[in-house]
Amino acid sequence: MGDFDYGVIFNNIPFLWKGLIVTFKLTFLSIVGGILLGTFLALIRVAKIPVLSWVAAAYVNFFRSLPLILVIFWLYFLVPLIVGRPVGSFYSVLVAFVLFEAAYYSEIIRAGISSVSKGQLAAGRAIGLTYPQTMRYVILPQAFRAMVPVLLTQAIILFQDTSLVYVVGLKDFLVSAELIANRDQRLVEMYIFIAIVYFAICFAASLWVRRLQKRMATS
Amino acid sequence: MNYNWDWGILFREPYLDWLIAGLGWTISLSLAAWVIAFFLGSILGIMRTSSSKTLRFIATTYVEIFRNIPLLVQLFLWYFVFPELLTDEAGRWVKREMPMPALTTAIIAIGLYTASRVCEQVRSGIEAVGEGQRNAGKAIGLTEPQIYTNILLPVAFRIIIPPMTSEFLTIFKNSSLALTIGVVELTAMTRQIEEYTFQGFEAFTAATIIYSVVTFIVMFIMRIVEKRARIPGMMVSG
Repeated sequence: MGDFDYGVIFNNIPFLWKGLIVTFKLTFLSIVGGILLGTFLALIRVAKIPVLSWVAAAYVNFFRSLPLILVIFWLYFLVPLIVGRPVGSFYSVLVAFVLFEAAYYSEIIRAGISSVSKGQLAAGRAIGLTYPQTMRYVILPQAFRAMVPVLLTQAIILFQDTSLVYVVGLKDFLVSAELIANRDQRLVEMYIFIAIVYFAICFAASLWVRRLQKRMATS
Repeated sequence: MNYNWDWGILFREPYLDWLIAGLGWTISLSLAAWVIAFFLGSILGIMRTSSSKTLRFIATTYVEIFRNIPLLVQLFLWYFVFPELLTDEAGRWVKREMPMPALTTAIIAIGLYTASRVCEQVRSGIEAVGEGQRNAGKAIGLTEPQIYTNILLPVAFRIIIPPMTSEFLTIFKNSSLALTIGVVELTAMTRQIEEYTFQGFEAFTAATIIYSVVTFIVMFIMRIVEKRARIPGMMVSG
């Protein structure tokens, strides 16, 4: 450990920063896409629409039984085939993350919706709102408020999961570090450094989520 | 879409053998890692709920560290960094002379990571049994180890069968990460078939079906186990 080379880290900060930005971008877009698709799936399941509800449930169970790496490989292979031209690994993995995370988000959102008391739905219908209106203006706003901590925890997990883009070589934070590690033969320094950075970000975020949770519980 | 279908590829040699071998590695890796995760996780879960401040602190620190670093990064730390921190001789042993270095490292890394998740399940199971039961044990003069072995754990482990099942399935899915350090488990095998034959569709479909079927079987068995283990007259639901 005596020859731990801090220089290799400091000299490559700009390059690593670029990688970290890719990681953040991928995380953010996957969260947005995952929550949108997940909400859609959850609403279909809650509404108990024949056939469609079953399809949504099958979708969720199917994706939850697969390893994320396999889904990444699938989309990395499929997206260019469907689009008909190379699209770059970023868009392929983004599609993979949105499809995959939507299954997990949908379960969180469905639990959130069912945590809102049944009386609210009846009340909404009683004052003359349609079912979609009741969902939109009465149920979902309450459900999402209650779900915020769980959604954020899932976001932290998603942030960690984005490191799996390693398997298709997308230059995120981990791959950037790996490139430097192999080029300069400094594996120990680089891997310890990124482990600390990942830890600092995730730990700080989880402390913040916990504080939020406590505040919501008391209010 | 321009694609030459050839489903027969999956049943041709050597590709069928590859799939079977891949599934074999995936299952052995998952089971071995599960043994570590289950035992270490249970011990940590007990520590987290114990009356000793030191034990609680150790377990909490463990969970925070292992939960907040991506599993893939942990895998690289064990595989590339850990041997460098040892003496030359020990490092060489871990890297080369140890039986199946990549597989062993993957088992340990995935096992230790999942232990932090199992710990949280065990903790919530013990908490679900309730403070009243613990106090009742104290009142009749049981020691703390006796309270755990006779009162808290027998109930807690029954309560957490469903979440523990999903933790096992998480290990089963996470075992695919081992391909990054060269373990040719199921996902790696299908990727290899794709690269050899360009029949990605068929290869990935095979892996997809195998993962889904194994998941289904595990859930089916565990549902029966849960029913059998249920304590009559006690509300135990997952």
